[in-house]
Amino acid sequence: MEAVFLAFVLMLSIFLGFELISKVPATLHTPLMSGANAISGITLVGALTSAGAGLEAWATWLGALAVVFATINVVGGYMVTNRMLAMFKKKEPKAGDQA
Amino acid sequence: MSAALINFTYIIAAALFIFGLKLLSSPATAVRGNLISAVGMLLAVVVTLFSRDILEYQWIIAAAIVGGIVGAVAAQKVAMTSMPEMVALFNGSGGIASLFVGWAALYNTGTTTFTIFTVLLSVLIGGVTFSGSIVAWGKLSEVMPSKAIVFGAQRLVNAGILAALVICGVLFAMDPSLSSPLFYVIIILSLLFGVMAVIPVGGADMPVVISLLNSYSGLAAAAAGFAINNIILIVAGSLVGAAGIILTNIMCKAMNRSLGNVLFSGFGAVKTASKVEGEVKPITADDAYLILEAAASVTFVPGYGMAVAQAQHVVRELGELLEENGAEVTYAIHPVAGRMPGHMNVLLAEANVPYDQLVEMEDINPRISNVDVAVVIGANDVVNPAAREDENSPIYGMPIINVDQARTVFVLKRSMASGFSGVDNPLFFGENTRMLFGDAKASLSSVVAEFKG
Repeated sequence: MEAVFLAFVLMLSIFLGFELISKVPATLHTPLMSGANAISGITLVGALTSAGAGLEAWATWLGALAVVFATINVVGGYMVTNRMLAMFKKKEPKAGDQA
Repeated sequence: MSAALINFTYIIAAALFIFGLKLLSSPATAVRGNLISAVGMLLAVVVTLFSRDILEYQWIIAAAIVGGIVGAVAAQKVAMTSMPEMVALFNGSGGIASLFVGWAALYNTGTTTFTIFTVLLSVLIGGVTFSGSIVAWGKLSEVMPSKAIVFGAQRLVNAGILAALVICGVLFAMDPSLSSPLFYVIIILSLLFGVMAVIPVGGADMPVVISLLNSYSGLAAAAAGFAINNIILIVAGSLVGAAGIILTNIMCKAMNRSLGNVLFSGFGAVKTASKVEGEVKPITADDAYLILEAAASVTFVPGYGMAVAQAQHVVRELGELLEENGAEVTYAIHPVAGRMPGHMNVLLAEANVPYDQLVEMEDINPRISNVDVAVVIGANDVVNPAAREDENSPIYGMPIINVDQARTVFVLKRSMASGFSGVDNPLFFGENTRMLFGDAKASLSSVVAEFKG
């Protein structure tokens, strides 16, 4: 039952993702991609449970490595997206300009 | 903290991700959207740290500090022109992290066949994402040759790898012992498969691959979520997976090619276009200035060459001078211009071009015949009229920006070499086309100097 329930969530999320993204204008495709990429760093949550669960040494090592890479993904992804988005500016109104 | 409370917090995190992605759809709200999504991530991470399952923190803290520093420095240092490489590397690190999470899940007690299956899936997708992203990074940064690497038995080799993966997967699932060498074979095959998937893709097709790898990095996280029974990984991972698929599809449409064609065939290997003959009409910066000075509407059409020449700042300067001169200035951007979706938009935004002046292909084409001067900067295939007219051209059918229908076209170009796809461009021989040879940045700078002088 658990598997069915999770698969159901998977299906709904995929459709939701399609709906959300299909409206993004081409101008924002790069930040959208890096922003989405940062979200895929959610695997960090899984990495934390593996690294801290007190499993065997090797599993803890794997978890810790996963934490390193996932944190790079999350921190880097959000920061670079923010840096890019901050550059998108509307035209400053100047005298004589059409709105 | 109880498991129920943690799961409820995950629901809030998921809502923040969804809301954040929604706000990313407009330049005015996008910064806030990204921030909201980051808050969702922080919430999910913090609440996980309070989970009863986590017994020791020393490794977590050390690993998070290392990862955080590397990520932050990379994000601050990277030049906007190298953004495709950066995104490829971030994709790759997400992929390898999911591979490790899946791997570590084998050590959990009470693994069922279903768990084993999902572990293998996260290893496969994570591995493909990682090695594929590394190859994509290599091609984009030109550490390795960026053109398509195609060899005869490629499909056979790929089919062999896939078959071996399935066989090893089934055998391992039947006897999932931790020491089984089969598991290592699966990891190696997955990595190999990722390499094989990306090497046949040429540089100009990179927007498709980057989008696809982005999708994979999400799906890898979702698979890892199944492996460790964590619902937030499934939700967030599949949102990203869907987003990547949508972008991939947009990129393929913009090239009028199927995904299979982009991934497996290299480029332009099959057909030879009709030879284009004619006379090119070179122009000097002085004459270009005179024409631009008289123009009432000017459209810039940037391509990857603008990024290479780092010409975006001087383009913006010229654009401003033209506006002061009374001309209407727009920047027309083809969906696949550059090396990743939206690449040109980011470069122009960096150079302070306001986003309301950036127009999409569908918006500029209906009114292109009213444009006095179209200035093509380092773009080639995306403005090649052969895509419209020459049925034998390998790019036939690809939607293009119809600059040849503008009153005058300036093409800034280093020399007469053909574009990335190696296709001749009849635009260069057009009646209304003037070629401004030389480095795009230097050429534009001398036009700017004329305006100022």
